[in-house]
Amino acid sequence: MRGRPHLFTSYEGEQSLLPTWTQRVMLALFLVLLVTIPLQFVPGVQFLGSDSWLLVLNRVMIYAIGALGINILTGLAGQVSLGHAFFMGIGAYTAVVLGAPASDRFWGMGLPIWIWLPAAGIVAAIVGIIVAPTAVRVRGLYLAIVTLGLVFIGEHLFRNLTFITGGAGLGRDWPELAFRFWKEEEPLIDFSSRGPWFGIEFSGAAKTYFFMLVLLILFTLWHKNLARTRIGRAFQSIRDRDIAAEVMGVADAKNKLRAFAISSFFAGVAGALLGALVGRLVPETWNLLLSVQFVAIILIGGAGTTAGTLLGSFFVVAIPRMVEDLTRMLSVQVRTDGPFAWLGDFIIADQGDFGLVSTVANGPGLSIFQTNLALYGFLIIIFLIFEPLGLFGVWIRIRNYWKGWPFSY
Amino acid sequence: MLASLPLLLAQTAPVDPAVQASGGGLTRFLAMLVSGIALGAIYALLALGFVIIFKATQVVNFAHGAIAAVGAYLTAYFAVTLNFPGSLIGGPRWLQWSLSAVVAILMTAVVGLVLERLFIRPMIGEPLFSVAIITLGIDILVRTITDDFIGTGVRPVGDPWGAGIWNIGGIRIAQTQIVTVLVAAAAMVAVAAFFRSRTGVAMRATAFDQEAAMAQGIGVGRIFALSWGIGAALAAIAGIFASVFPRSPGVMATTTAFFAFRAFPAVILGGLDSVGGAVVGGFVIGIVEVAAGTYLSPYADVLGVGFQGIVPYLVMLLVLLIRPYGLFGTKEIRRV
Repeated sequence: MRGRPHLFTSYEGEQSLLPTWTQRVMLALFLVLLVTIPLQFVPGVQFLGSDSWLLVLNRVMIYAIGALGINILTGLAGQVSLGHAFFMGIGAYTAVVLGAPASDRFWGMGLPIWIWLPAAGIVAAIVGIIVAPTAVRVRGLYLAIVTLGLVFIGEHLFRNLTFITGGAGLGRDWPELAFRFWKEEEPLIDFSSRGPWFGIEFSGAAKTYFFMLVLLILFTLWHKNLARTRIGRAFQSIRDRDIAAEVMGVADAKNKLRAFAISSFFAGVAGALLGALVGRLVPETWNLLLSVQFVAIILIGGAGTTAGTLLGSFFVVAIPRMVEDLTRMLSVQVRTDGPFAWLGDFIIADQGDFGLVSTVANGPGLSIFQTNLALYGFLIIIFLIFEPLGLFGVWIRIRNYWKGWPFSY
Repeated sequence: MLASLPLLLAQTAPVDPAVQASGGGLTRFLAMLVSGIALGAIYALLALGFVIIFKATQVVNFAHGAIAAVGAYLTAYFAVTLNFPGSLIGGPRWLQWSLSAVVAILMTAVVGLVLERLFIRPMIGEPLFSVAIITLGIDILVRTITDDFIGTGVRPVGDPWGAGIWNIGGIRIAQTQIVTVLVAAAAMVAVAAFFRSRTGVAMRATAFDQEAAMAQGIGVGRIFALSWGIGAALAAIAGIFASVFPRSPGVMATTTAFFAFRAFPAVILGGLDSVGGAVVGGFVIGIVEVAAGTYLSPYADVLGVGFQGIVPYLVMLLVLLIRPYGLFGTKEIRRV
C-alpha cells in the first residue's frame, strides 16, 4: 500500500484521522516542533521563540480556533457567513461579564476561567441557535448579506451597552489567563506572567503559548473528528446538494442550525481568548473587517480542509508582522546604503519622494497599517483568481509533482 | 495587528436638523417625509447600480460602497482642490460644480470598468461565492487606497447649496435634498431609457440567458463591462449626495464607504434581482430610517445613540423572515 494514500481496504481505514504512517510521523514531528518553539533550540525557527513572535503565534492560534469554527459552517455545511465577528463579540463579552471583577460602572462576577471560557462558547452557541431560524430560511448570497446586517446590529449593541462593553472607543479589561479553583488571590496556574514551570524559566508569552496550543489541539481534534461523524457527513451532503440530502433523509433546517451552533461555539471561545490575550478591546473590534478576515483565512488556506485552515490562520495573521519587519529592514537599508537600498528607495516614501509605503505618519504613500490592509484585499483577490483551492491546493500540486516525478503527471 | 487597532467605523446617521426645526405635528411629518425621500433616493441609486451589476453579471458587489467613496472623493478633488474643469467655463457656480462632478462621475465609471476587467473578468464561470468574496477583497483594496487619499480630515465636496434651507409654509427642507431627488430622478429616467435602447435590450438579454444572448451575436464581455461602468457611475452620484449637508459635512475615510453598506437592506428588501424593487426598497429604507431618527430620538438612552443607523438592517431581517426572496425578487425554483 506504500505511496497510495487514497487506496483504502477497509471502512475503518478510510475513516481514520490519519490514514498513513507518513502522516502520523509528520504530525508527531510537527507537534514536537510546536512544543519546543518557546525553548528556542530547533535551528531555523529560533526567532519564533522570541516574545514578540510568540505574541503573534498566540494570536494565530486564537484565530485558528475561530477559523475552524467558520470552516464548519462555510467549508463543511456550505453556508456563507459574514457574521463571525458578531459571535466572537458575544463570546468575548460573556467572558468579561463572568470573569472580570465588578466595578461601579461595569458588570462583572469575577468567576474563574473554567467557568467563563466554556460559558463564552455556550452563550455564543445559544445566540447562534436564536439567529439560525432567520438564517436557515434564506439561501446562498442572501445569507451573506443577512449575516452582514448582523455584524452592524451587533456593533451598535456593543457600542451602547456600556455597562458590559465599556463603551465606544474605550473598552474594558478582560480577565487574565490564569487558573483558579474559585476566587482565591493566588492563581493555581498563571498563564500570563513570567515564572518557572518544571524548573525552566518561561516568559508570560511562552506560558500563554502552551495554553493556547493545548486548546488549539483540542479544537482541531474536535473539528477533524466532526467531519467524519454522522453530523459532519450530513453537513457535507447539504453543502454538495441540499435537495439530494433532503431526499436521503438529512434534515436540512436542523443540520444548518447545528452548524450555526457549533460554529458559534468556536467563535465564542476564540472571542473570549482574544479579549483575554489582548487585555483590553474596544467594542469596534467586532466589525465587518474581522469577519472578512475569517472568510479570507479559510479561502486562502483552502475551504473545507483542517490543515488549510491552520495554514491560512498563520498566513493571514503573521503577514502584517512580516510586512512591518520588511519595511523596517528596507528603511534601515536606505539609511545605511545597504545592498537592497534601491528596493527600499522604490518602495518606501519619505521626505517627498515617490513610493508606495511611508514610515512616517501622514506622509505620502500608504502607512504600514494601510499597506497591510491593502495587501489583504489584494491577496484575497489573487488567491481566488489563481489558486481557488488556496494554500492547500498549492500543497496538493507540490505533492503531485513529486509523486509523478520525473513525469509531469 | 489589525483587530487590536481601534477602527472607528463610525456608522453614525445624523438626524436632519431641518426636520428637527420644523416644529411638530404635520409640518414635521412632511419635512420628515421629504428628508426620507431624499435619503431614499441615495439608497435607491446605490441599490439600482448594485442590482444592474448583479443581474447582468451575477456578481454580488460588496465593493459598491468603496466605489461610491471614490466618486465622492474625486468630486471633492476636482471641485475643491483642483477647481479644474469647472473654472474653465464661466457661468453660475452650480454649473461649474456640476461640470466637476460629471468629470468625477465619469472617472469613477472608468474605475468600475478597470476593476471589472482586472478582477472580475478572469472569474467568469467560477462559483458565485468566490466572486462575491473577490469583491470583498476589492472593497478592502479600493477603500484603503481611497482612505489614504482622503486623509484623516473631512473633505467637503464643495457643493454650491451648502447648508441652505427653504422654508415652505413652516416645512423646512434642505436645498441639497431637492437637488438630490431631482438628480436621482434624472438618473433613474436615464437608466430606464437606456434599457429601451439597443444596448439596453442586449443587457437585458444577457441577464436573461448569457448563452442565448451570445448566440444572438451580443458581446457578453462588453455588456459585463458596461454594467460595471453604469453601476459605478450611479454609486458615484449616490456617494456625492451622501457627502453633502444634512447627511455629512463631506467625504470621510471609511465613513462614506460604510454608509453605502446600508443600501444592502434596500436591495434585499426589493429582491436581489429586481430593478424596480431596488428603487422601491431604497425609498422605503430611506423613509423608515429618517422616521426612526425623527420620532425615536427621545428614546436614545434606551435604544442607543445612532439607533436609526441599524434600522435598515432590522427592517431587512423582518422582511426576510416573511419573504425570503424580498418583496419583488424571483423565487428560486428548486428542481430535483
